[in-house]
Amino acid sequence: MDRFVFQLTFFTYIAATAGYFVNLITLRREVEKIATCILAGGLCLHTISIILRWTYGRHAPLVSFYDVFSFLAWSLCAAFLLFQAGHKLKALGAFVSPVITLFMILSLMHPNRILPLPPALQSFWLPVHASISIIAYALLTLSFCISIMYLIQEHHIKKKQLGGLFKRLPSLQVLDTMAEKCLKIGFPLLTLGIITGSIWAEQAWGAYWSWDPKETWSLITWLLYAALLHQRLTVGWRGRKSAYMTIIGYLTLLFTFIGVTYLLPGAHSYAT
Amino acid sequence: MPRRDASKDIILFGVNYKTAPVEVRERLALTRENRPVRFVFERLPSCQELVFLSTCNRVEVIAASSNARKTREEILEFWKGISDMGLNAIEGCCYDYSGVSAIRHVFRVASSLDSMVVGEPQILGQMKDAYRLSLEEGCSGQLLNKLMHKAFSVAKKIRTETRIASQAVSISYAAVALAKKIFGELGGKKAMLIGAGEMAEIAAQHLKTNGIGELVVANRTLERAVELSRTLGGKAISLEELDDALIGTDIVISSTGAPGVIIEKDRIKKIMRPRRHRLLFFIDIAVPRDIDPGVNDIDNVYLFDIDELKEVVEENKQERQKEAIKAERIIEAEVIKFQSWLKSLDVVPVIKGLQEKAESIRRRELERTMKSLRHLDEKDVLAVERLTRSLVGKLLHDPIIYLKKGADMEDREEVLYMISRLFALNGLGQTVSLEDYIENKARRGKRAVSSKGDC
Repeated sequence: MDRFVFQLTFFTYIAATAGYFVNLITLRREVEKIATCILAGGLCLHTISIILRWTYGRHAPLVSFYDVFSFLAWSLCAAFLLFQAGHKLKALGAFVSPVITLFMILSLMHPNRILPLPPALQSFWLPVHASISIIAYALLTLSFCISIMYLIQEHHIKKKQLGGLFKRLPSLQVLDTMAEKCLKIGFPLLTLGIITGSIWAEQAWGAYWSWDPKETWSLITWLLYAALLHQRLTVGWRGRKSAYMTIIGYLTLLFTFIGVTYLLPGAHSYAT
Repeated sequence: MPRRDASKDIILFGVNYKTAPVEVRERLALTRENRPVRFVFERLPSCQELVFLSTCNRVEVIAASSNARKTREEILEFWKGISDMGLNAIEGCCYDYSGVSAIRHVFRVASSLDSMVVGEPQILGQMKDAYRLSLEEGCSGQLLNKLMHKAFSVAKKIRTETRIASQAVSISYAAVALAKKIFGELGGKKAMLIGAGEMAEIAAQHLKTNGIGELVVANRTLERAVELSRTLGGKAISLEELDDALIGTDIVISSTGAPGVIIEKDRIKKIMRPRRHRLLFFIDIAVPRDIDPGVNDIDNVYLFDIDELKEVVEENKQERQKEAIKAERIIEAEVIKFQSWLKSLDVVPVIKGLQEKAESIRRRELERTMKSLRHLDEKDVLAVERLTRSLVGKLLHDPIIYLKKGADMEDREEVLYMISRLFALNGLGQTVSLEDYIENKARRGKRAVSSKGDC
């Protein structure tokens, strides 16, 4: 049942993505509104599928890759819709919805069976640590998307190519401010994710920090984002440099999130 | 009230920037103060409704008249009177539209497709003013009311459905549009004018109307800077204070007459740190250029020179042309709709005439018959009444449907004329007279080509 709802969600997201692209090409406002409605509908379906899995498995569905990507897509979708409700950033949908769809595909590529929870993971901290970290990832994904938009727009203005996307993207300053806003919410959450993780580690393994590859890479990611925010707030870094840093930070984050599990196995591997 | 007559034609007579030089246009124009539309209307006795449009680019008489030829002559006479020009000279630069082409022209003018700068927004307002004046003076009636209202709604439709007006087509507008693409809202932003050229002044005005927070004028001679800053409502500084002022500035418009570069790349590089790397937008409209082109390579600094702005404007103009084609299509559709409404107008009296005639016959005959049928009770009387009603109704049903549907048909005047004659519909003589019929027939022959395209 949850699988069916999940697949339905997937197709709804694809439809919304298509809608955002049509809006980007034709500039028809009503298409964007429809796409947003479809996306919101998808989010409802997605929520149902997650709740279903929770009731089937009797533990928060945040253990396998399937669940983690699913929850990431869910968080990104929710964060995007909340963000748009407040800011209505032009053309953002066309940049975020493909990423949501991509996370859904990554989720669908992994087996979806619900395994009994290994004893090490049976803790109150599992849903807290995992959900906070993933919501942080979602917000940093959003700032990544906005930074990509910034770089495209800034390229158009620098090179004086004022057709196509130039007309469709928001102004530089708005993009920069919005990327910063996402960073400012995402970074504290990332910090909180690491702190809750280390508290949990202390309870499960008896040490707050054991330099396992995932922990090391989390620290590297955290330092990168910390440096970026520091430069922004003190020296006034903004624009292109900041956008590049956001992208580098995000790529590191992706490596921490996915790459480490595949390439550098340790205590943090996801159940597959 | 406008003079009444049932059968009227819309005619349009006028000159615009394409057909007449400004010396001619200004002589034919009317200003509201000295010669209101009423003044013209009184001098055109053959015309029933009138709107007089007079802008810097066009002077047009939009009239509804039952005698188009006469009205045309009267307009020419009137213009001859006020302009001291010869009839031939006036006629030579006038365009003369009637019927469909007049409707189309009104729609095109309102939608700014006939304007010098296609898509400019002023013309619609000017047209609305002209119409309001005409309405106040009692010169507009059913036909022109409908035509003008339709023209305004067509213009609105075109504005929303095409992007004809969404592109900046002047350098100063393009500069403001670019500033908006960099800064978003301009409220609270600081602009600086370097040099005091006219184009810079216009651009500064645009920035002001777009809500720029503060304006600084820097000039070689402080005196001129003070003078300009007073008219624009800003602060004046001398060129020596430029660097400090640049730290707080977001938009710079430079237009000095200096022989070489006055702002070098290194100078801007140095101020970026104290600026906390806030975005900085340079608009260099001076020839030769004031600002080192290398400035554009600095992070968060954007520079557009006059040629680049011109290119933007050129592209936008081409875009407008493309949108104009879409707009023409909308107009064609609306012209056809309006035309069929117009045609349905002279069908109405014929239908009404038919119904009235049939009803009067029915009543007369019913009355006469009832006199000899006194033995019928009330129920029977009602039944007979119903019978006559349904007879008349059924008999007229098909012809009326035919007439209503036939509002668009080619031989409409002929059909209307035949029906009026066939049923001897009195009182409809002036609607569909024989002369009208013949004249219309002749005219139809002439415009057969155009009407083929419309149907």
